[in-house]
Amino acid sequence: MTTNPAIFTPLLIAAGIFFVWSCYRRFSLVTLGRPEDRFDRLDRRIGDMFLYAFGQKRVVAKPFGINHFIIFWSFMVLLLANGEFLVKGVIPALSLALLSAPLYHGLLLAFDLVSLLTLAAILLAFARRIFFPPAYMSTAYVKARSADGFVILVFIALLMLAYFGLHGAEIAMGNEPAAAFMPISSQIAGVLASYPSLLTPLASLFWWIHALVLLAFICFLPHSKHMHILTAIPNCFFASLEKPNTQPREEFVKGGEFGVDKVDSFTWKDLFDSFSCTECGRCQSACPAAATGKSLNPRQVIHAIKTNLLANGPLLQRGGAHVIPLIGEEGEGSNTEETIWSCTTCGACMEACPVLIEHMPKIIKMRRHLVEMESRFPEELLNLFENMEQRSNPWGIAPSERTKWCATMDIKPFEKGVTEYLFYIGCAGTFDSRSKQVTVALATILDAAGVSWGILGKEEKCCGDSVRRLGNEFVFDRMAKENVQLFQEKGVTKVIVQCPHCFSTLKNDYRQYGLELEVIHHGELIDQLLASGRLKLNRQVQDLGSVLFHDSCYLGRHNDVYEAPRDVLRSATGQAPLEMERSRNNSFCCGAGGGRMWMEEFSGERINLNRVDEALRQNADTICTACPYCMTMFEDGLKDRQAGQTKVRDIAEVVAEGLRPV
Amino acid sequence: MQIVACIKQVPDTTQVQIDPVTNTLVREGIPFIVNPYDTHALEESLRLKDRFGCRVAAISMGPPNAEATLRKALALGVDEAILLSDRVFGGADTLATSNVLAAAIRKLHEQEEVGIVLCGKQTIDGDTAQVGPGIATRLGYTQLTLVDRIEHIDLEKRVIRVRRKLEGRHEIVEAPLPVLLTVVRELNRPRYPTVPRRLESADAEVKTWSNQIMQLPEPTIGLKGSPTWVSRIFSPERDKGEIIGDGVHDPDGTAQLLIDKLLSKDLLAL
Repeated sequence: MTTNPAIFTPLLIAAGIFFVWSCYRRFSLVTLGRPEDRFDRLDRRIGDMFLYAFGQKRVVAKPFGINHFIIFWSFMVLLLANGEFLVKGVIPALSLALLSAPLYHGLLLAFDLVSLLTLAAILLAFARRIFFPPAYMSTAYVKARSADGFVILVFIALLMLAYFGLHGAEIAMGNEPAAAFMPISSQIAGVLASYPSLLTPLASLFWWIHALVLLAFICFLPHSKHMHILTAIPNCFFASLEKPNTQPREEFVKGGEFGVDKVDSFTWKDLFDSFSCTECGRCQSACPAAATGKSLNPRQVIHAIKTNLLANGPLLQRGGAHVIPLIGEEGEGSNTEETIWSCTTCGACMEACPVLIEHMPKIIKMRRHLVEMESRFPEELLNLFENMEQRSNPWGIAPSERTKWCATMDIKPFEKGVTEYLFYIGCAGTFDSRSKQVTVALATILDAAGVSWGILGKEEKCCGDSVRRLGNEFVFDRMAKENVQLFQEKGVTKVIVQCPHCFSTLKNDYRQYGLELEVIHHGELIDQLLASGRLKLNRQVQDLGSVLFHDSCYLGRHNDVYEAPRDVLRSATGQAPLEMERSRNNSFCCGAGGGRMWMEEFSGERINLNRVDEALRQNADTICTACPYCMTMFEDGLKDRQAGQTKVRDIAEVVAEGLRPV
Repeated sequence: MQIVACIKQVPDTTQVQIDPVTNTLVREGIPFIVNPYDTHALEESLRLKDRFGCRVAAISMGPPNAEATLRKALALGVDEAILLSDRVFGGADTLATSNVLAAAIRKLHEQEEVGIVLCGKQTIDGDTAQVGPGIATRLGYTQLTLVDRIEHIDLEKRVIRVRRKLEGRHEIVEAPLPVLLTVVRELNRPRYPTVPRRLESADAEVKTWSNQIMQLPEPTIGLKGSPTWVSRIFSPERDKGEIIGDGVHDPDGTAQLLIDKLLSKDLLAL
């Protein structure tokens, strides 16, 4: 075999320069973003990086991800082999053979076996892309990029084939003293040995194929979606340490810009996310908006940020202006307003993303721009915003009516030192006639278990969840400050809530305002009361028939409460609740999160109908929820489907049934 | 040419209750809002500003805390906000109120010609619908009440054509400027203030004109200038409702019963 350093070295240097230049160009665009601290708690970050990047935890959550796991780890092992290949191409004397023999032989064996494994995985990937591509592979703008996938697969396949060809020829020529440690290459050598005259040219040919494909791979990498090979690992390192179930605060000073409508108003991490997207489509397949025919597709939102940055970034670096708007237009690199308003903030996209991209906060940032800078939003929201500002509840009902639900009950006001818990009723539980029944049921349970609790009564205000998710951060900021002050004045430390939206807001959002509360959702509290024996049921609830549980996004995915409500149902009914196809962290949104509760749903299929149909397939007699919004969406959906025989109950109502005397 | 929007701060009446003993409105702790009809007058003045580039002044007569209402107007985009506030203005009925507002508009007119004055059709606390027409009368402006659409404006020819929303019909009328319009809710959808504007309006100037500035003779303003006396405020007695039919066992029949009942009392417009 004749390697030729005189030709190869300049090629390698050229490819290297091109690679470094390409990477520099792209990464320098990321620095256009605003500052954000993602360097705290390095131990946790390194841990996450190992778990999600090297451990591929999210990747293998889907069966075919195992194929990626194999390719990833093969890549890691073969990085060494290819490194040696490049070095040897320049300085033939430098080789892994210089290592101790056992180590060298071990490596050769590993390279040989891993290369075969890779080849198999690549063939599987080919077959999948051609014969059984998943529905979420393509989108309006990303479809063509599937070609990227094929190019890379071909590159890797060629590398493996050339590897075996080269080593097979070398072994056949007797140039490989360690042939015994290369079982696969030796098999190839056996075949090639029949053509002794071709061995030398073949070895050269395979060497050059290997060399050129490798250089092409290096050059192609930063310009394709396979840039994730470079960015995915650091992206897992820089990922949000908290669940991204809330949004960053904004500071309201005169002359400020609020929200994001230009790509360089995102933070650097937002931009880095866009370079980390592998375009795998898992967010898309999990998204309730995408599944029901809305224009929102989380993958496309991330892709739009990347395309926009690539188009505008270089101009901005030279002091120029934006050429593609981030918001407003149809087309690659932009998001339409309809897209931005379609998000239910359910978090399914972020739960699915193998490289921990944070989609939802980016959408909220764009909503903030529309609401705060331009006052542009779907017209249904005008009433909501005014009601929230004026009367601190979404319906605009007089705050003096906040105690109507308990007009005939004897309920104590919350008083520090006298009552242990504040029962924060929430607007739905206070004003919505159906949810009021849940409030009464829960009050009954609390009393039956001897819990010490009180309410704020007319002083209670809305937590502000909907306005925050809708991007009206200015109003949320005011509501949050008022509530935080109220809680601090009253000395509230432990709060019971029945609404997952209040739950998440009090627990996670208010922490940004310096208020650390012990917030407990009624699902968890009832579970504890039942488990400790403080709450004893008089009978097992049978009259609701078979019971199905639906996970609320803000209880489950955003706050990891999955088992408690199921345990409660198990205790109350004597059997485990039925499960839908999509449940727990894969649960499908009811359609009301993210302020969508207050908006019309004009395009595509209704999200709640999609979910109701899924629930009906389980033939349950009763659908159980733990969220007032979910309850509304299910009841509406069941009416639409004329499925009046199926009941909807909150878990508290089921338990309250069990408290009725036998 | 400038446009003047008259707005009033009113108690949020959905939250007002009547004291059963004294028969007066319980106002303690009740938040104030901009009179809902006035928000549409304000919005229309801002639309005219957007369209013709004219100046918009918002004026309001009220106690010092009514400044909040004018600050909202500034956040929405008016150029000038003036609070007419003085103890001697207090206790005014619709006549005395329209005297003060008309005088203020006259004073604004001295700075720049006033072409259009916009008011809500009525306030939700007094419900008289007299102040707008009163101002027009004092100023000698043409009054076009209950406007639900502006059909045409020609500032050159100084003419406006509007649609009035009357019971069961519409009326299209034309008048020369200057003109005073009182508007209904169907006219427009009020805008929502942007955050930069809100922040700016927080420390923008709301001018206060007291009677020292206005120089109005005391017998025409406040309690002294008010011939109207309110003798009593009370909640009307309401008949107790009744339960008809058996909705549980005969929902269809009961629904029919309800419809018949509503029809017989002429409560359903068919």
